[in-house]
Amino acid sequence: MNKLINKRVGIILIIAFAIVFPLIADNQYFLRIMSLGFIYIIAIYGMNLLAGFTGYLSLAHAGFFAIGAYSLGIFTTKYEVSFWLAFVAAIVFTTVVGVVTGLIALRTREHFFAIYTLVVGYLIYLIIDKWDEMTGGVRGLIGIPVPDPIGPIEFNTDLSMYYLALFFVLIATVVVTRIVKSLTGRTFIAIRNSEDLAQTIGINTMTNKLTSFIISIVFAATAGALYASLTRFLGPDIANLPMVFDFLMYLIVGGLGTITGPIVGTMLIIWLSQFLQGLQEYRMLIFGPILTLLVIFYPSGIVGAFNILKMKFNNKRRLKAEAADESSEEQNQVKGG
Amino acid sequence: MELFIQQLINGLTLGSVYILVGIGLTLVFGILHIPNFAHGALYMLGGYVTFMGMTSLGLHYILAIILSMIVVALLAVLMERGVFHHLRNAPPIHDKIAAIGIMLFLEALVLLIWGSEYRNMNTPYGGTIKMASVTITTQRILIIAVSIAVVLILYWFLKKTMVGASIIAMAQNREGAFLVGINANKVAMMTFAISGALAAIAASLSTPINLLFPAMGHLVIMKAFIIVIIGGMGSIPGAIFGGFLLGITESLGATYISNDYKDLIAFFLLVIIMTWKPKGLFAKGVH
Repeated sequence: MNKLINKRVGIILIIAFAIVFPLIADNQYFLRIMSLGFIYIIAIYGMNLLAGFTGYLSLAHAGFFAIGAYSLGIFTTKYEVSFWLAFVAAIVFTTVVGVVTGLIALRTREHFFAIYTLVVGYLIYLIIDKWDEMTGGVRGLIGIPVPDPIGPIEFNTDLSMYYLALFFVLIATVVVTRIVKSLTGRTFIAIRNSEDLAQTIGINTMTNKLTSFIISIVFAATAGALYASLTRFLGPDIANLPMVFDFLMYLIVGGLGTITGPIVGTMLIIWLSQFLQGLQEYRMLIFGPILTLLVIFYPSGIVGAFNILKMKFNNKRRLKAEAADESSEEQNQVKGG
Repeated sequence: MELFIQQLINGLTLGSVYILVGIGLTLVFGILHIPNFAHGALYMLGGYVTFMGMTSLGLHYILAIILSMIVVALLAVLMERGVFHHLRNAPPIHDKIAAIGIMLFLEALVLLIWGSEYRNMNTPYGGTIKMASVTITTQRILIIAVSIAVVLILYWFLKKTMVGASIIAMAQNREGAFLVGINANKVAMMTFAISGALAAIAASLSTPINLLFPAMGHLVIMKAFIIVIIGGMGSIPGAIFGGFLLGITESLGATYISNDYKDLIAFFLLVIIMTWKPKGLFAKGVH
């Protein structure tokens, strides 16, 4: 009971901090970084659901993120669809592409899946890069409008975009938590732990894997569409390999297969990168080995390491308490005797 | 017709390079079940070491290649000892992430040391040979000849020597190999060393006709993965078939379809094959 309250207080404090953050940090630049971080978190939640909970590492995730972003950009600039309609259309379109890809990709397993999606991701990058008439090629896509106002709320300032991103990240967190704790989520975990075993106890692995894949794509597409409306400029680089490796890094550092991991990892690395800005090109000199070492020693990242520490601490305390109980009992016996 | 033959030879050259990279990848996968994403970085590093050997140390091209083979092979062994050995009982997703981490590190390292500019590597084999109406550079002939020689030596090594036989044994049946007393560590290190050396040869041979830059491994590693999947993971003849298939398709596709989209051809080839046969054309019946 006590623990539950503690957890709830923690969550409320974090949300409250996110809400008042713009008042504390009166700085447009920080606001943008934060908003960008929120958007990445949404994308990484998708990656986490598939890689962390279902055991399938998709390296096409940045590709689908880019499809989401580009389809929003193309719908609004080339076809002049109203923003929110384009927003939904972008997610639907990306999901359709995702379903087709998933149906083929999920026939493969483990390493083959990772390699296949790596190639699909690169294919998406190449198509965006070469299809000049549609995507603007290397010059990029410019002039993406800000979101249309919803009722009295307008989205023409960095502050409003910040709250929009925050709104979506909160929804994403709730959705992921619900999924992971549901029967479907447990089915995903069963598939991750052993696909053969899951099949033996009557789980339709293909349907479940496809479900997980599609949910992950919806997250990527939503994040991509938000990204397009935040930056209002798109270049093909968002589909390229470094992007997916960045995503992977946020996920691994935070904690693969944990709910808070994507938040911790993304925020930590995004702010660390701000301090290492001169090293932008060489950041992988530090983060590359961190990725490798984490996977060897703490495969579930910072959050996982923290949980292990907490468990050890609690265990020790319990043992101590038990020992104290025993010794006091002994003393009582001695007195009584 | 001349154009066709010319492109066929270009395809064979390209295929030979893919084969050398692909065999290294397939060996490591067949024996240790690791998809070595860092293999592309080893390839790139191989090119840089040869380049440095020639420019800074003033070595002859061939000597520089040998130096590069040794350096990259040692690095590959180091990778096995330092990283993959510790992950041998971990879930498969961890190997991939660790390999990606190594790849990112090596690329950043090369970027730091040698910068991001594109470099040209000049070799003593820049001349051309004219046969009938087809002109071929000596470098291309060298690539094809060396690749064939390397594959033959490798074949002899795997079939006729004790160490080679132990590598094959590990690939066929891990537990069986342990039972008859094969030293798994030694075989793993050996495999990584061979795979690194092959990547170094491939890069050193192909850089003179391409260019040297830190991201040069990306496309090559993806294509190597493709040929290895086409040929079935762990199969050397499969890798040879896949390499030539991809090299020739690409070079003919670039001429007759579109030069801009030539990289797309390889990826579409993979998508089609994976859709049809998810485990590759020559996959063995093992689960």
